[in-house]
Amino acid sequence: MIKTTLTRILKSGWQSFWRNYWLSTATVAVMTLALMVVAGLSIFNVMTQEVVSILEGKVDVSVYFHNDAEEAKIIQVKEELQELDEVKSIEYISKEDALAQFQERHKDDPMILQSLQELDQNPLEASLNVKANFASQYESLANYLSQDRFQGIIDKINYKQNKEIISRLNRMTASIQKTGWGISLVLALLAVLVSFNTVRLTMFNWRDEISVMRLVGAGNWFIRGPFLVEGIIYGIVAGAITLILLFPILYILTPKVSSFLPGINLIEFYQANFLQYSVLIIGVGVIIGGVSSLIAVRRYLKA
Amino acid sequence: MIIYQNVSKIYDGCVALEGVNTEIKPQEFVSIAGPSGSGKSTFLKLLIGEEKPTKGKVFLDKQNVHLIKDKDLPKLRRKIGMVFQDFRLLSDRTAYENVAFAMEVGGSTNKEIEQDVPQLLELVGLGSKVNQFPHQLSGGEKQRVAIARALIHRPSVILADEPTGNLDLLNSWDIIRLLLKINELGTTIVLATHDREIINNLSRRVVTFDKGRIIRDEEKGRYIF
Ligand SMILES: Nc1ncnc2c1ncn2[C@@H]1O[C@H](COP(=O)(O)OP(=O)(O)O)[C@@H](O)[C@H]1O
Ligand SMILES: [Mg+2]
Repeated sequence: MIKTTLTRILKSGWQSFWRNYWLSTATVAVMTLALMVVAGLSIFNVMTQEVVSILEGKVDVSVYFHNDAEEAKIIQVKEELQELDEVKSIEYISKEDALAQFQERHKDDPMILQSLQELDQNPLEASLNVKANFASQYESLANYLSQDRFQGIIDKINYKQNKEIISRLNRMTASIQKTGWGISLVLALLAVLVSFNTVRLTMFNWRDEISVMRLVGAGNWFIRGPFLVEGIIYGIVAGAITLILLFPILYILTPKVSSFLPGINLIEFYQANFLQYSVLIIGVGVIIGGVSSLIAVRRYLKA
Repeated sequence: MIIYQNVSKIYDGCVALEGVNTEIKPQEFVSIAGPSGSGKSTFLKLLIGEEKPTKGKVFLDKQNVHLIKDKDLPKLRRKIGMVFQDFRLLSDRTAYENVAFAMEVGGSTNKEIEQDVPQLLELVGLGSKVNQFPHQLSGGEKQRVAIARALIHRPSVILADEPTGNLDLLNSWDIIRLLLKINELGTTIVLATHDREIINNLSRRVVTFDKGRIIRDEEKGRYIF
C-alpha cells in the first residue's frame, strides 16, 4: 500500500516535470544559474585561501650573523628557534654556502667575481632563513631575536625591510577572506531567493489543479508529494547540469588564472574535489527545490 | 439520506442561503433550480464540506457533515461525486489518467484501476478517446470524463453544478441522459441548473431557490422564472 502510493507520487511528480517541459526548462535554467554562483563562490573562496598560503610561504625572515660568530653558537640559536611554536622551518646558510650562492648568482658578471677574488677572506655572512606558520607571527619572531643576549652575534635582521610587505600581506589576507565570504553569502542568498521564487511561481500555476485534487478526495500528501518530487527533480537536474558545465568553464579559465597566479590550477582542483562538489551542489539544489515547492503548495492546501 | 436543517449561509454580509429545510431520499433525481446568485452552488458546497453553514446542520447518511475533521474530509468527498460547469479536469493528464487519479488517491490497487477505468469511460461513451488530454476533447467529452471520475468510488450521490452550462443543446441532453442512466443504476443525483429547457423536460422533482430561500418544492416540477 505504502509502496504503491510512493510509486504513484514519484510517477506523478516525474510526469508533471516532463510534460510541462517548457516550464521545467525555465525553472531548471534559473536554478542552474543560482547553483553556478554557489559553486563559483565556493571555488573562489578555496582558491583565495590557497593563494594566501602560497604567498605566506614566500615570505621569510633572514637573520645575519657577524663574521666572527662561531658556527656552534649559530647552530645553538637555530635549535632554540626551532623550539618556538611560531616557527615552521629554518634553513642554515653557512658563510661557504652564501659564497657559493653569490658566485652562482653572478656567474655571468666577471667584474664582480674578479673583485671577490681580490679579497683575502669571504666577506659574506652566515644566516638563518626562518619561516613562520602565519604572516602575523613575524613581528614576534623579530622581537624575540632582538633580545640583548643575541646582540653579540647577530649583525642584522632583515625583518625591517620585509616588514611593509609582511604587514600588507597580513591585511590583504584578512580582508580577502572577510569580503570573500561576505560577498559569497550575499550572492548565494540572492541566488537561493531567486530560484526559490521561480519554483514558487511554477507551482502557482498548479493552484487550480490542487483544488481539483482536493475535490476528488486527494489527501494532503497525495497533493504535496508529487510537487515535492518535482521540486527535487529540478534540483537534481540543475545540479547535474551545473557540475557538467563547470568542466568547460574551468577549462577555459584555468590558463588565465594560472598565468597570474602560478601554482593555482582550477580544473585540477575541481577534478580532485569532484565528489565533494557533487554532494554540495546537488544537495543545495535538492534543498532549494524541495523546500520551495513545499512552501508553495502549503498555501493552497489550507482551507 | 441528505437532510438540510434550518441552514443559513452568510458570506461576510452577503446572505447566500437562509432557513433552508429539505430532505433528499436515496435514488432520487432532484433538480435545484433558480436564477444565478440564488444560492444553488452554496447549497451543494455545504454538502461536500467546502463551506461551513453559518447556522443549521447538514446531514449525509445521518452524519453531520460539518463535524467531520479536516483530515477525514477526503473520505467524505470520495462518497460524493462532483461534476462542475467548468469540468475541473487536471490539464496535464489524459482522460484515462484523470479518472485513474481519483482512484489512486483513494488507495485502489493498480489492478482495480486497470479494470474499472476503461469500464467507466466506456459507460460514459468515451471509449475511443481515453488517451486524449483535456485540451484535445470537446466540452461534452470533458464533461463525460468528469462524470466518469465522479463515479469512480461508486458514490451514493452525485452533485452536478450547472454541468451543461458550457455545452450546446445537443451535448447538454447527452449529459442529462447520462445522469438519468446513472440514476437508474441507483445513484442519487442532485442537479443544480438554471436551464429552463432541461428542467421542464425532465419531469422530476424540482426545488426552486430565490435569494437564498426555497420558494417551491414539487414532484414533476417546472421552471417558474
Ligand atoms: N465565496 C463567496 N464569497 C462571498 N460571496 C459569495 C461567495 N460565494 C457565493 N457568494 C454569494 O452568495 C450568493 C449565492 O451564490 P451561489 O451559491 O454561487 O449562487 P448560484 O450558484 O445560484 O449562482 C451570491 O450572491 C454570491 O455573490
Ligand atoms: Mg452557481
